[in-house]
Amino acid sequence: MSEPTGRIPRELKGLIGGPEASGTTLRTPGRPRELRRYPWQVRDSGELLLVVAAGIWLVAAVTQTAAEGLKDPRIAIAFGALIAFGELLRLNLPGDRETAPIGFAGALAYALLIRVGTHLVQYSAEQVVTVAAIGMIIGALPHLAVGRPARVGGMATRLLCVAYIFRPLASNSAVEKHWGLAVTLMTALTVLALLLEAVLTALLRVDEQRARFRVALVDEMRVQLPLGAAVGASALLIAFAAEVMGLAALAVFTAPLLVTQVAFRRYAGIRATYLQTVRALAKVTEIGGYVEAGHCERVSRLAVAIGRELGVHEPELLELEYAALMHDIGQLSLHDPIPGGATVLVSRHDQQRIAELGADVIQQAQVLDSVAEIVRRQNEPYRDPGAASGRTGFSEPSGPPPGPPLSSRIIKTANAFDDLVGSSLDPGRAEAAVQRLRLDTASEYDPATVEALSRVVGRRSVIQM
Amino acid sequence: MGKLSRAALIYIGAVVVTAVVLVARGPFTGLRWQYVVFLGILVIVSESRATQLRKGQLSWSSSSAAMLASVVLVGPVGASIVGACTALGVRRGPSILQRVFNTAMYALSAYLAGRVFLAFGGHVGLPDEKSFPAIIAPFAAAALVLVAANHGLLSGVLWLTRPRDRMSSGASGAGVGLSARLLLSDLGYAAYGLLMAALWSVVGFFAPLLVLIPLFVARWAVTQFAEQQKAYEATVGALCQAVETKDFYTRGHSDRVSRGSVMIAREIGMRGDRVEAIRYAGMLHDVGKLGVPTKVLQKTGKLTEEEYEAIQLHPMRGLDIVREIGFLDEALAGIMHHHERIDGRGYPMGLAGDEIPEFARVLAVADAFDSMTSTRSYRGARPVSEAIEELRKWSGTQFDPAFVDAFVAALKRHGWQLPEPPVIAADDLATVTAQDHDDPAAPIRVIDSR
Repeated sequence: MSEPTGRIPRELKGLIGGPEASGTTLRTPGRPRELRRYPWQVRDSGELLLVVAAGIWLVAAVTQTAAEGLKDPRIAIAFGALIAFGELLRLNLPGDRETAPIGFAGALAYALLIRVGTHLVQYSAEQVVTVAAIGMIIGALPHLAVGRPARVGGMATRLLCVAYIFRPLASNSAVEKHWGLAVTLMTALTVLALLLEAVLTALLRVDEQRARFRVALVDEMRVQLPLGAAVGASALLIAFAAEVMGLAALAVFTAPLLVTQVAFRRYAGIRATYLQTVRALAKVTEIGGYVEAGHCERVSRLAVAIGRELGVHEPELLELEYAALMHDIGQLSLHDPIPGGATVLVSRHDQQRIAELGADVIQQAQVLDSVAEIVRRQNEPYRDPGAASGRTGFSEPSGPPPGPPLSSRIIKTANAFDDLVGSSLDPGRAEAAVQRLRLDTASEYDPATVEALSRVVGRRSVIQM
Repeated sequence: MGKLSRAALIYIGAVVVTAVVLVARGPFTGLRWQYVVFLGILVIVSESRATQLRKGQLSWSSSSAAMLASVVLVGPVGASIVGACTALGVRRGPSILQRVFNTAMYALSAYLAGRVFLAFGGHVGLPDEKSFPAIIAPFAAAALVLVAANHGLLSGVLWLTRPRDRMSSGASGAGVGLSARLLLSDLGYAAYGLLMAALWSVVGFFAPLLVLIPLFVARWAVTQFAEQQKAYEATVGALCQAVETKDFYTRGHSDRVSRGSVMIAREIGMRGDRVEAIRYAGMLHDVGKLGVPTKVLQKTGKLTEEEYEAIQLHPMRGLDIVREIGFLDEALAGIMHHHERIDGRGYPMGLAGDEIPEFARVLAVADAFDSMTSTRSYRGARPVSEAIEELRKWSGTQFDPAFVDAFVAALKRHGWQLPEPPVIAADDLATVTAQDHDDPAAPIRVIDSR
């Protein structure tokens, strides 16, 4: 159930860059579907950098560990097994985020461990990296065997986060005596490790989706906070519990962690299904002949790309995507389909009527009120010319006029662009359409969204060349 | 809960009396009150943050971990006192009687778990290095008993207070037993109880706080799931309504077909997740109708073969739309084949008998029934009895007899809410269809071109 999440951003990515830039509707006959690329070029450059860094670190750690010999092998094997098990049960969070919470908690616990029972553990930070990496690789093998892609970037991120905990606690007698000090230090280290993971993941996403770093970081922290807290607390719990329970702590811990993971999997699953369903049902306008085939999908991809370009945060991006998918749903209430569904060509009055009807439909759901609002105002001009001239009489211009919300302005721009260009891939035609929208930025289209559109379209045509 | 039957009151009374008697017997000597108080506070906190499940009928809280920790730390009597602290949970919702029952139920379950822990050779007190791994077996037994007693007592009261002779509204009604999933997750979280007790000797009062974080995160995920699911259902409902809005005679049709299909599915004892799937299949079964040109649906006379073909295409169109929805594997087959007939004369594939997917055979019965019992432009709504007769008449040729029987039985038990006759507003944009492809009593007439 968690699989379909993987599809979403890859499509978005397809619009912006990468070899799969031509989706089903953007395909041109006669052009080779995939550009020839060498394997190392396919991976995004930031991810490559991260993987190389982790790889170098790993090689150094393995060499060091091999030279010194594996210490406390029983403990190493037990934790390695837990990490492998956790990696096997990877989890997709909303927004195509892959994590391995159980494995990550196990690796962090192994890095934090002070003693097992009465036995003081002696291993080095290098050994932690080695054991964690071997566990991750073993856990990832079954995924590879069934043809699922190895998310090397995620694995490298987790490994780097674990590696930095250089085990300053292990040989410190003060820490052993005062649990308060140990708890404080361990908590601080765990929080830092999780922060590091958020930063690295955000950097990867900036590279992959052309998001802004600050936006990506905030989104990342928001999504990862609940699970991250659980992972950190579990890591501390395992490390402490091992003092009393010995290695049995690992076995006892697997049960509640599994249950938590199942809860998250169901949550992520319904999120994915929700998006798929809205996508699917938005197509009814196309089947009914109200709208050109692929219109809703193209407008929503374009709107999301523009939104990301403008630094819209993920929750609002999701609302934008829903609104864009359903922006023409109001046409279902029309008697006769508009020819070709091109709403840009009908009168403003009719456009407004469609928007209102669509918003009413969405409002029926009672949970998508902000989406309904976006759809309702999708046709409003960016700046009302009449109101603007009327305001000149006033002595104090009080800021910008209360125009439609940003998401509505984005959809207006994306919709107009798609009505003009359709499924055509001709860069010249796209450029002409952007120019035409630019001429209307005085009142009709928000200049910021048009410029963002221009950048998105520009990237697309570079790839098409 | 409203008004309770005598049996339910006796049951609740028995649980309360048993709990009070067992706890009152003590012994209270040597009870370490500092643990009791602290764990009691934890239970209150967990209870105050309980998650509502299944439309407020049930709530789920993570207090069992604290109760199991108290089983280890302070024994059966102390554990039952900790369990009784649920009474002090600050949240709106439960009535006084519900609170009393919950308190007694938790006290009793915790007491039984404590007894079992001792019987299996567990030692009450702070566990240390020497307690492991010997403590695991008695603890597991105690956890099993706590969860089993909790679920058993709860199922009892739910069964005794189940809604009776009410209109079945699909989702509620049946499904009295608690889900196995809930039981398993309770067992999984029980492990935190042992951790809480074990960590007490290492990090003291910090242990329960540390344990609460993952518990609350799990609660958060469960809540989010419930919210998303509710939102999801509402959204699917709204979008289906949008599809129907064109024709006011069929408004509410998908909703009712969905309800009817669920009634049949429950009657034949379908598994819970399949019932869910068929509910969505019922809602979405006609989305492809939008591909049929309005003028075909409006035509009053006989249809040409091309026009009839356009109608026959709608299940495939529907499939095209919903194909990408990941969870609907079996529902897809149901949507595609809901106009097949048992005798093989249906469309789009002409499948016969058992070749037709089970979902499709269920949908076909509910679909035809709703069509007959609602108003059409060419006739008024027919009464339920007449529609049942019609279903029986076509049973074995058009419909699967087993599902017709199941539907009739379910109708007898739960009744059926007939749709309101449509009121045509003056400014309504909707069109009027003159053909209903679902109506078995008035089949579509096609011009014979040969």
